[in-house]
Amino acid sequence: MSDETKTATRHKPPAATVRQRSQRELVLRRFLRHKAAVVSLVLFAAVVLLAFAGGALWRYDYADITSAVSVPPSLEHPFGTDNLGHDTFAQVLRGTQRSIEIALLIALLAGLVGTLWGAFSGYYRGITDSVMMRIADLVLTLPLLAVAAVLTRGTSGSWWFVALVIASLQWAYVSRVVRGVVLSLREKEYVEASRALGATDRWIIFRHLIPNALGPIIVNVTILVAAAILVETALSFLGLGVQPPDTSLGLLVSEADTAVSTRPWLFYFPGAFIVVIALTINFIGDGLRDAFDPTQRKVRT
Amino acid sequence: MTPIVLTFTFRRLLISIPVIVASTFVVFLLVTLSGDPLANLKGRNPPPSPQVIAVEAHRLYLDQPVLQRYWTWMTGVLRGDFGPSVRTNLDIGHEIAARFGVTLRLVAVAVVLALLLAVVVGVLSAVKQYSGIDYGFTFAAFLFLSMPSFWFAVLLKQGGISLNQLVGDQVVYTIGERSVVVDGGAWAQLADAAGHMVLPTVSLALISFGAWSRFQRASMLDVLNSDYVLFARAKGLTRRRVVVRHALRTALIPMTTVTALDFASLISGAVITETVFQWRGLGDFLVTSINQRDAYAVLAWLLVVAVAVIVFNLIADLLYALLDPRIRYE
Amino acid sequence: MSEIVLEVEDLTVSFPTEDGLVRAVRGVSYELRRGEVLGIVGESGSGKSVTSMAVMGLLPGSAKVGGSVRFRGQELVGAPDKELRAIRGGRIAMVFQDPMTSLNPVHPIGDQIAEAVRAHNDVSAAAARERAVELLAMMQIPRPRERARDYPHEFSGGMRQRVVIATAMANDPDVIIADEPTTALDVTVQAQVLRALETARAATGAAMVLITHDLGVVAGTADRVLVMYAGRPVELGQVDAIYYEPRMPYTLGLIGSLPRLDDARRGERLVPITGSPPSLLDLPPGCPFGPRCPMRQELCDSTEPELLATAPGHLAACHFSADLEGRRPEDVFALTSADHDGGAA
Repeated sequence: MSDETKTATRHKPPAATVRQRSQRELVLRRFLRHKAAVVSLVLFAAVVLLAFAGGALWRYDYADITSAVSVPPSLEHPFGTDNLGHDTFAQVLRGTQRSIEIALLIALLAGLVGTLWGAFSGYYRGITDSVMMRIADLVLTLPLLAVAAVLTRGTSGSWWFVALVIASLQWAYVSRVVRGVVLSLREKEYVEASRALGATDRWIIFRHLIPNALGPIIVNVTILVAAAILVETALSFLGLGVQPPDTSLGLLVSEADTAVSTRPWLFYFPGAFIVVIALTINFIGDGLRDAFDPTQRKVRT
Repeated sequence: MTPIVLTFTFRRLLISIPVIVASTFVVFLLVTLSGDPLANLKGRNPPPSPQVIAVEAHRLYLDQPVLQRYWTWMTGVLRGDFGPSVRTNLDIGHEIAARFGVTLRLVAVAVVLALLLAVVVGVLSAVKQYSGIDYGFTFAAFLFLSMPSFWFAVLLKQGGISLNQLVGDQVVYTIGERSVVVDGGAWAQLADAAGHMVLPTVSLALISFGAWSRFQRASMLDVLNSDYVLFARAKGLTRRRVVVRHALRTALIPMTTVTALDFASLISGAVITETVFQWRGLGDFLVTSINQRDAYAVLAWLLVVAVAVIVFNLIADLLYALLDPRIRYE
Repeated sequence: MSEIVLEVEDLTVSFPTEDGLVRAVRGVSYELRRGEVLGIVGESGSGKSVTSMAVMGLLPGSAKVGGSVRFRGQELVGAPDKELRAIRGGRIAMVFQDPMTSLNPVHPIGDQIAEAVRAHNDVSAAAARERAVELLAMMQIPRPRERARDYPHEFSGGMRQRVVIATAMANDPDVIIADEPTTALDVTVQAQVLRALETARAATGAAMVLITHDLGVVAGTADRVLVMYAGRPVELGQVDAIYYEPRMPYTLGLIGSLPRLDDARRGERLVPITGSPPSLLDLPPGCPFGPRCPMRQELCDSTEPELLATAPGHLAACHFSADLEGRRPEDVFALTSADHDGGAA
């Protein structure tokens, strides 16, 4: 592209004439222009609301055993019931709640640890960086399924423990991304200037590097939420995730695996919820990526 | 291969050894700490005599301290002995070799399929950025990206069963990697294998396709926006030539690397697909071994996967150097 | 006078962006005669590169192009891609700013030149390669036959730009558009590249549009100069007239900020133009240079001046161009720059 067009499209109006729009406002505006992301955000919010508020309002509790056994979807039981008489709708709401809790906890833990790990590694470079990154590499080579399988075996399979296990491997991805961003940020003039003014390392990391790496961090952690939902599902399928009587979407679908031809509603409804949740989060992540990194959207052809 | 490539390869393999040692050691500790491999034996009714248990414990190196157990196992591997299995008659080395062949066949075909689809779709999406086609493909990619692999596999399996019922004949097989008995010659054998492969391959391929097509699109867009593509157009080349020879040729370089790296992770990631379609591959081997707390079997699995990761990392780098004249072996 | 090869008339280009419509080019007209060198001068953002991209038909699909571009009478704006392809690289060739990025890193340079030859001539691959080697030799690339097999990264910046120029002259074009051909290069190789361009022009007899922000480059090369500001031509004339009798304060300012080693102005201080070019997003009415102009009067704020003849063959867009007669840069700029500094920025 000729640099005129570049300058033209990125041109910032002079401060005197037009007020400078804040970074946050710009990001929000770009995000709102991503239709799929906005629709997804609304849909995701609706699912969350349904799961967390709807479960309490619904006429059946997920543990209730009704007299209707293995009935197909009806007005009474919109998603049907299982062979014990559990109302599937109530169970799906409960499972959604758990799955989202697990995914968010994973994203939070992995995001936090990964960000700090990557920021320190990238900022200090040298031997610190080498050691920290070799550790991250080692974690990346450990197959998630094997570790999760081994770790969750001996335990009761409570949901937070499952989340902890998954997060204990996923942080390494985040740390790689953050390190990459920090490596380039630390060479920026404002970091130089801050250092020249005698700022401490901790000040530079928390006041300059992490806030400026926030865009990629948010995007990656968002996508991690979607991935976490799918990983939890896979683990539950292998019998290594959340254990009954607690439930999650993954557990619901895997329990319905054998019933798929006789009582398909048990399989399709929770599965559809997983797809909707993961799909909306992925689109939200895509919208955030566009919002934080508008250069990706430049068009030429 | 030129000597420089050989040196490079050798050096890379050499520095991977500590990684393998470290990761097998971590997994060894995890498996060891997760439970008593003799629990099944001890729980039998009537309870076996202490002598029987002691013999079994000795066979499984359980009479050695933990660190020494790992050492015994590792030195054994160097001699080609993969260690004792909890399952008495199981030769781990022999078994895992057979399993590896099954998984490799599944993954290799799926990767080729996914790669072809991803490149075509990614290129079309990029060239027609923000068109209906692009939006359609984007949605499809995100959909596959968002499906739990086993849910999708079961969906396909159900579809296969319905198809068979509809046609009234076994068109695709939904269970196993081959029939127990196949009448007829090589063609019948091949047709049988192919019939078993369709569904697992498609289910594995489409999941990878989601991520890869997005990657190919991004990489293609990058190149399409480059100065040299503009310059190629300024030379008066046809659009096709610009897209294929200048854009695609360059955009394939990062894609090759990603594919090679994912190939390795698919070998371990095929667990779900194998379980759903009941293939006796590496995944099934892992799940069974974990359930039996069969430490050395889990380690053998990890060893195979880790070596695959290293080999494919190496292949990725070699391909990169081959495709990109700017890269030199260092 | 020789015939007109390229005629640009009232060319406009605008880009829809997330902040609104950016009017990058707002009515550019010029004509280029056979063998002539036209320098287009302006700051980045003045629309000089976009103008030439529009001529080549290489703007992104989102760009809205108006007006007319005629090559030997053939209209290029809105022409089908097939027609444009025959012109691009064949009749009108282009040299880009950054030689480090304008060659494809994965193909040998000989192939990249040869494909330009084959795009416009029905010749064998071997013949095209032979022509590529010949072109490299003309561009003073040592051992051209071997070097043709090398990849771009094996060449220095100056050599790569000569490879790009060799590609541009491959089909004996009638027009070569060089878009800031020396900007990305070391000062020491700039002269080398300018010489290579001159060689290409002499060998092909092409007319040339030399786009630059450096009046010094234009001075030694161009026959005529077009000065652009905020997407419009603000002055057009013979190179001597532009240098010695500028009729637009902006041009005068550009000359004042140019270091010179010849006798004419030795010992004089450089005078900067304060402020920065306006946003092309929402241009206020009036002269776009007004806010930076030391000669601004009320009229300048309300009415944008038209490009009018001040002498035969000399056009300027300034309400007070007559007042500039005989004035030197420091007369106009230096006096007011002090109180201007306080207000701007």
